[in-house]
Amino acid sequence: ETNKLYCTSVKCCIFELKAELNSDKKEKKKEAVKKVIASMTVGKDVSALFPDVVNCMQTDNLELKKLVYLYLMNYAKSQPDMAIMAVNTFVKDCEDPNPLIRALAVRTMGCIRVDKITEYLCEPLRKCLKDEDPYVRKTAAVCVAKLHDINAQLVEDQGFLDTLKDLISDSNPMVVANAVAALSEISESHPNCNLLDLNPQSINKLLTALNECTEWGQIFILDCLANYTPRDDRESQSICERVTPRLSHANSAVVLSAVKVLMKFMEMLPKDLDYYGTLLKKLAPPLVTLLSAEPELQYVALRNINLIVQKRPEILKHEMKVFFVKYNDPIYVKLEKLDIMIRLASQANIAQVLAELKEYATEVDVDFVRKAVRAIGRCAIKVEQSAERCVSTLLDLIQTKVNYVVQEAIVVIKDIFRKYPNKYESVIATLCENLDSLDEPEARAAMIWIVGEYAERIDNADELLESFLEGFHDESTQVSETHTHTHLQHVLHKHTQNTPDSDNPDLRDRGYIYWRLLSTDPVAAKEVVLAEKPLISEETDLIEPTLLEELICHIGSLASVYHKPPNAFVEGSRGVQHKRLPARTASGESAESPDAGQSVGGVSDAPPAVIPSQGDLLGDLLNLDLAPPSASVPVVPASMQMGVDLLGGGLDSLVGLHRPSGSQYIAVGLAGGTGGMPAGLGGTPAMGGGLGDLFDLGGGVGMATGSYVPPKAVWLPAMKAKGLEISGTFARRGGGIHMDLSLTNNAMSIMTDFAIQFNRNSFGLAPAGPLQVLTPLAQNQTIDVSLPLNTNGPIMKMEPLNNLQVAVKNNIDVFYFSCQYPISLLFVEDGKMDRQVFLATWKDIPSENETQYQIKDFHLNSDAASTKLQGSNVFTVAKRTVDAQDLLYQSIKLTNGIWALAELRIQSITPNYMLALKCRAPEVSQYICQCYELLLRN
Amino acid sequence: MIHSLFLVNATGDIFLEKHWKSAVSRSVCDYFFEAQERATEPENVPPVIPTPHHYLISVFRHRIFFVAVIQSEVPPLFVIEFLHRVVDTFQDYFGVCTEAAIKDNVVVVYELLEEMLDNGFPLATESNILKELIKPPTILRTVVNTITGSTNVGEQLPTGQLSVVPWRRTGVKYTNNEAYFDVVEEIDAIIDKSGSTVTAEIQGVIDACVKLTGMPDLTLSFMNPRLLDDVSFHPCVRFKRWEAERILSFIPPDGNFRLLSYHVSSQNLVAIPVYVKHNITFREGSSQGRFDLTLGPKQTMGKVVESVLVSSRLPRVVLNANLSPSQGTYTFDPVTKLLTWDVGKINPQKLPSLKGSMSLQAGASKPDENPTINIQFKIPQMAVSGLKVNRLDMYGEKYKPFKGIKYMTMAGKFQVRT
Repeated sequence: ETNKLYCTSVKCCIFELKAELNSDKKEKKKEAVKKVIASMTVGKDVSALFPDVVNCMQTDNLELKKLVYLYLMNYAKSQPDMAIMAVNTFVKDCEDPNPLIRALAVRTMGCIRVDKITEYLCEPLRKCLKDEDPYVRKTAAVCVAKLHDINAQLVEDQGFLDTLKDLISDSNPMVVANAVAALSEISESHPNCNLLDLNPQSINKLLTALNECTEWGQIFILDCLANYTPRDDRESQSICERVTPRLSHANSAVVLSAVKVLMKFMEMLPKDLDYYGTLLKKLAPPLVTLLSAEPELQYVALRNINLIVQKRPEILKHEMKVFFVKYNDPIYVKLEKLDIMIRLASQANIAQVLAELKEYATEVDVDFVRKAVRAIGRCAIKVEQSAERCVSTLLDLIQTKVNYVVQEAIVVIKDIFRKYPNKYESVIATLCENLDSLDEPEARAAMIWIVGEYAERIDNADELLESFLEGFHDESTQVSETHTHTHLQHVLHKHTQNTPDSDNPDLRDRGYIYWRLLSTDPVAAKEVVLAEKPLISEETDLIEPTLLEELICHIGSLASVYHKPPNAFVEGSRGVQHKRLPARTASGESAESPDAGQSVGGVSDAPPAVIPSQGDLLGDLLNLDLAPPSASVPVVPASMQMGVDLLGGGLDSLVGLHRPSGSQYIAVGLAGGTGGMPAGLGGTPAMGGGLGDLFDLGGGVGMATGSYVPPKAVWLPAMKAKGLEISGTFARRGGGIHMDLSLTNNAMSIMTDFAIQFNRNSFGLAPAGPLQVLTPLAQNQTIDVSLPLNTNGPIMKMEPLNNLQVAVKNNIDVFYFSCQYPISLLFVEDGKMDRQVFLATWKDIPSENETQYQIKDFHLNSDAASTKLQGSNVFTVAKRTVDAQDLLYQSIKLTNGIWALAELRIQSITPNYMLALKCRAPEVSQYICQCYELLLRN
Repeated sequence: MIHSLFLVNATGDIFLEKHWKSAVSRSVCDYFFEAQERATEPENVPPVIPTPHHYLISVFRHRIFFVAVIQSEVPPLFVIEFLHRVVDTFQDYFGVCTEAAIKDNVVVVYELLEEMLDNGFPLATESNILKELIKPPTILRTVVNTITGSTNVGEQLPTGQLSVVPWRRTGVKYTNNEAYFDVVEEIDAIIDKSGSTVTAEIQGVIDACVKLTGMPDLTLSFMNPRLLDDVSFHPCVRFKRWEAERILSFIPPDGNFRLLSYHVSSQNLVAIPVYVKHNITFREGSSQGRFDLTLGPKQTMGKVVESVLVSSRLPRVVLNANLSPSQGTYTFDPVTKLLTWDVGKINPQKLPSLKGSMSLQAGASKPDENPTINIQFKIPQMAVSGLKVNRLDMYGEKYKPFKGIKYMTMAGKFQVRT
């Protein structure tokens, strides 16, 4: 019988089926409908039978009814006129005494995407939403979402959304869950209306329903809870307490949604609270358990754990072993595990990790082996104490002579050399033995780099290089040759100029090697010079903190799998809503209320700014705990040491080895001919100092050193502070924010015990460490200190927005002053928006958010302006020339994730610039405009 | 929510599709087929695949890909969990989940899928509830149905779906009341060359088969509940009671269900019940390799290790293996290079061994990788973690049920590196 159902040739059947459908015998009818469904299921077209099947709809037989409904859902759209025939039966069924039939009818009706039918749906749906039977109500709730998908306007006009909101307070947990699910789905396509209005009462109802509804309902409710921002830490804790039992649920999606809620709300708990520690401990086991599930679940779990480990490494720091790779794990699980292993690697477990990685390097899967070898290199860079062990492991691997292992090992050894210069050069001999086997560009480039770098220690370096180069002449292409050529010529020009003065043979040798390389193989030369990663830091692939925060709010979602914010890829999620972790001292600024849109961090929707009166401020600041500076040795930021190290850093620093800004510069230079970007190195007037600056790295504020730094201003005059004078400025260096201070002692006695503290401010600026003034400040002495800042501090809207109130303490007293920072301080390095996104966002921001400014008396051309601005992270996305005026489209991203889009109009005839700024938080526009002036004038 | 579902077989044919919203063209699966082609093994097809307008989320079970299509931001785990539930349901209904079984029962499959999701929202996924709605096909019922003209579809409202115990239907009646619990533990372990444990953990489950009349309320207590610090419960378990007293208190679903699963982490000491002595060597320039493997029991608390199956994928250069087992049978597939040895029971007095030589490809260099040995085994009447049930009590009903508890330890992913 069953084989008959799975009919292979439909055409011949249609006629037969038609006859059977019209049969008088009930049984035959049903069998016929079954056959029709079977054909439909496998994708065969049986729509020709529509009238005959619909005729079978009026029946008491539930199965037959269901089958006909199935058929209707599939074909109603292609036969809308015929579908009308079914309406009466639906309406009648919605009144049936059996709730099962009522629910079935309203459910099926919602699936029929025919306008004419939806009109008839409204009345039955309204009744069903208030049905006495919860089974019908919960089905009707979903039906509203269906109807909304077909005709959103109708749903709003009919007031179904309000009815749906009422269902959140329904007595039946299943109804609550479905209402939440339906509202969540509707609000995804409906960003501006505040559908899920969460308040403590509704939260309480959700939490009650959470315990009693189905596992799927729990997911919807948890995801909905995650959008709530608790008023204070006590509310936050009580929600956490009620959510933690979900961590023991058998359904992994429930577990991960619960993890999301906890990770987010935990942010508000004070770290010294006992409960905070308990919660941290409770999070580890469920995450580990997810790893014993099916591989697909493991994969999603691992992608999320990757985020969690970056945000809160302490949760899983003891669980390294569960990430060890089993040889029959699917490759996608293996690669993720490897990544997390490196993130968890520390001095305590490094021996174990290395032993594992070495084991993986002998596996069969080439991709995995390569990644394992790379991982060894990353361990060396991350855990300094392990570097030696890593190098020897890598040497062991090179001895295996497996070609791809050797090549990969050489690439990572180069990175280790860069991180720890002049430490492991004893292995160079072994590396040189493997010269011949290198055939991959990256490995070749790495080897050339090593030979070049340590030329003076390799007797036959130039021989080696030449023989090395001969081999791949045939594959050299001319692409980008000119750029490389020009670039290197400048470099080498500088070198040769330098060498006579310098009797440092290293430098001379190196120069000759590059020179020779350039003349034999420009492509290889380009690879050598440009293959460098911009920065060898501990973990180059950490997710940028604001993105990480946003992703933590999206744990368990597609965004968390792709490590991209949801707006970056999901179609139809218009009206970008950035989510942020709540600030710990959140005082009512709701980062989540949908109408806040992009304006996060309490800038736009914080309560009207109330500047605390002087007395309040004093109180506030006096209560701050001004700890004396710790006795640890100050760490001079790497970027500050750089400039001096011309010989040691040499070419490497030129190609941006230690400094991201340098590499950016080169990238700009090479992109030269391609578009409206500033043309080649040293080409344009604005860059006139270009190479000179590069070599004169100590010389302060060249283009390459990044953003504009205003001159120091006196913030605290000596007469107001018992002889202590503070002047200072703000600078953005290497992606970090610094407050550069000069402290001068004009008093008669020595000053000691300096400490600093900020009041809450608009962007959460806070010192990232103590104020490092180690030696006592003697009379008439001035000390320069650079205080690194972060933006993780408490937030309060200030007036003006960029105002910062500071308290400085010394052995004499506590002093207060306020200063203003240029908002460009907060422009982040990854603020370059994709062209398409720019266009879409520009359109998306309402025009009332646009502000126009005129910047007078400027004579820079557009390229020079663009270059200048780029130095401070104002990125030109596109350039257009219309009627003798240049239009620059620029994007800016602030540390708190606010984007500002700008159109800068530069006319060649008048010296005035027109600036149009669009931002979802229009308050910042005027400050951005000020920065434009500031940046362009300097 | 979940838009559509496509079932794809190993050869890349779509043999079933189901749409819960508007129909999505089959061509969306082209992206999946591309990924399928790129993957060396079907297991390696990534579970989440982006396409320009949709996301494809898939699971691979019983040689079938279950590919869900989604269009908006949906938790991927939600989709994956649901897909696994679909597979479990098919298996539950048809005994096996194969392409043939699905095709044979295509109408029931369609009815089930329709019942499991509404507009992409899960509707009824509990096997108890589904079975009330759609009766599983049995040979007897098919015969009876054809004679009497009755149907597979239940006429009643699925009562469980609305009650506070949605997992249990009302009015259950049995003549023999019985409750069986199986404590099954799987050891996942990696053992290194020298025989020491790199990592070992235990995944345990308690599966129950409860056939009790009425609304019984059960409690289950353990001798050593402290072992269970990482547990996932069936929704029927009262979490508060567990937190407070470490007692499992629950109204059980009717029939088979998983009461809890637990995980004894790698930080606890895990007893490894078998050891392997191995000597697999290849010499440079020789066309012969040596293979020598001996298995032995340890820490089994006197229980017998049985159903032992050893498998290993030998390096590519191995052309053939000429081995002699002291017991059981072995096979070597020269194409896939898979060596399997069906050992059977391990007798501690006479340890099983597999010895002999491997012939290697002439002139090939010594293989780079060492084979990993995969071992499967079962040890009845033992839970390797030491977990023991103390007592099982029933409240709420008057009859005396028959109760039974069984223990079993098995190898999960148990790997020995050589």
